[in-house]
Amino acid sequence: MTEAARPTLLDVVGIEVRYGAIRALKSVTFNVGEGEIVALLGANGAGKTTTQKTVSGMLRPTTGYVAFDGARIDGIPAHDVIRLGICHVPEGRHVFPRMTVAENLEMGAFRFRDVDKKEFERVLELFPRLRERLKQQAGTLSGGEQQMLAIGRALMGKPRLLLLDEPSMGLAPLVVAQIFEIIKEINASGVTVLLVEQNAAQALALAHRGYVLETGEIVLGGTGQELLADDRVRAAYLGEEIAAS
Amino acid sequence: MSHQVWLHQLPHIVAANAPAANHSVDWFHQLPQNIVIGLEQGSLYALVALGYTLVYGVLQLINFAHSEVFMAGAFGSYLVVDAIVGNRHLTGAAVPLTVLAGIVSGAAVGAAVAWILEKVAYKALRRNGAPKLAFLISAIGASLFLSNLAGKLFTRVQNNAFPTYFNVNHHVFSIGSADVSLIVLIIIATAVIMMVFLDRLVNKTKLGMGIRAVAEDAPTAALMGIDIDRTISRTFIVGGALAGVAGFLFGTAFGVGNIMGFTPGVKAFAAAVLGGIGNVRGAMIGGLILGQAEVLISALPFVGAEWNDVVSFAVLVLILLVRPTGILGERLWRAA
Ligand SMILES: Nc1ncnc2c1ncn2[C@@H]1O[C@H](COP(=O)(O)OP(=O)(O)OP(=O)(O)O)[C@@H](O)[C@H]1O
Ligand SMILES: [Mg+2]
Repeated sequence: MTEAARPTLLDVVGIEVRYGAIRALKSVTFNVGEGEIVALLGANGAGKTTTQKTVSGMLRPTTGYVAFDGARIDGIPAHDVIRLGICHVPEGRHVFPRMTVAENLEMGAFRFRDVDKKEFERVLELFPRLRERLKQQAGTLSGGEQQMLAIGRALMGKPRLLLLDEPSMGLAPLVVAQIFEIIKEINASGVTVLLVEQNAAQALALAHRGYVLETGEIVLGGTGQELLADDRVRAAYLGEEIAAS
Repeated sequence: MSHQVWLHQLPHIVAANAPAANHSVDWFHQLPQNIVIGLEQGSLYALVALGYTLVYGVLQLINFAHSEVFMAGAFGSYLVVDAIVGNRHLTGAAVPLTVLAGIVSGAAVGAAVAWILEKVAYKALRRNGAPKLAFLISAIGASLFLSNLAGKLFTRVQNNAFPTYFNVNHHVFSIGSADVSLIVLIIIATAVIMMVFLDRLVNKTKLGMGIRAVAEDAPTAALMGIDIDRTISRTFIVGGALAGVAGFLFGTAFGVGNIMGFTPGVKAFAAAVLGGIGNVRGAMIGGLILGQAEVLISALPFVGAEWNDVVSFAVLVLILLVRPTGILGERLWRAA
């Protein structure tokens, strides 16, 4: 397994996570370097969402630990984890449906005393479609627009580490390409990204490194190029995609 | 102590307020006066209904002990006002200041009792993911406990009127044929101010945004940095304060008693459902509509004030038949 080329920002070490009797993660270890995009791949039910939820404090590991910037954060509740600069865009977007687009963005900045007007502007520049819909109820946005809003909302929290859980889910290929382009831009502006994706080819093309998760364990890790060339990855994740597209 | 006995004993709100029955005056002539009475009653329902709806929003739970928070606010303010007035005869600025003390103490006691209620009756259940039915039982238990506790603590003040430090029936002004008495004016003005205040709180402040976010999607609200436990606790405090003020106003007009919360509580709950449970403006509108409907329909010659409660619930059922989610209620959809 290749080591992070840069100083690590996030360290996940041997975490086991359970839902009652169900052991969703057996022992998951990986790291994310400062400034990287790291992709986390895996089939349905592999434990990708569970891993991200554990990082953002929504779940607690029963063994192992999570460290951010060298300090342990497992056990810190989600509403305090965000204060460290870890912003989580959950699977399925989860915008606040009865709040307006503008209110959703303000919610993203809840951890600050005031909404940073410059950040607000920057998000609207990144997602011009949101600007036209500031007063619209978020529940009435299209899927793609909701995804943009969910990402924009997370950016309002000024993340150092951005957790993205399947941002391409259910979106048209053109919109997916757009979203991936924006993730690249966000990363270029200095935000570290942990990206969960089913869309393996595109995710690995974008990511510096990636890991493959299978039934609660990391089975493979490497640079994007290494994984793209790996036979197991091609068979399990890219084969499907080539057939589908 | 049974509710039935009490229901017969307590002077009915409408009966207490309505102008002396005059059969030669028909419904239309009484209309302006009845609208004022409906507004008075509806304001009280609305204040209490807000507490049901706010808590439902964040917990998807009907806090059936809310009517006892209202009662506690009434007793708390009674004690404060009684201590201030004593055997003295208040004049001048002392009177409005005492009213203000009543409002503030009602709010404080209501808030405190609601806060404790959440900690004692609900928090542990929530932590352990108890089923909804457990919350319901806990709510009913807390409700009975509080009303019996008040019965034991205040044997001296059962169904007693507040000390008379001002003439509640003092005629302030008339709009056409409708007379507005001092207490009616105080009730309506206080309720309107509190509702405007609450509407701003919910829509414009961080606390309000937090309450709305938790109501819409609690786990995601936590991801935004909102402490769910603290927000729920503060929601109870806000709802409790409103109910406590309503308790003071109601007590001043109609007297206090340990089971005074029952009927207004059930009506306010109906008002919250009528407006669309979980919707703040809906609770206000529901309360005002219910107050009007109750007074205006029971004033019809073939109905009569004794049908008051029947009317409330008939209105509720009729509106729910047409709009199952209530007047302003939306289907509570959640992002998958
Ligand atoms: N709340 C829960 N209660 C019980 N089991 C759960 C819960 N959430 C997830 N699981 C189980 O944990 C395992 C991992 O789920 P997880 O959601 O992390 O998978 P995933 O890799 O994100 O899958 P997908 O690609 O479908 O989103 C699955 O077997 C799932 O059934
Ligand atoms: Mg998932």
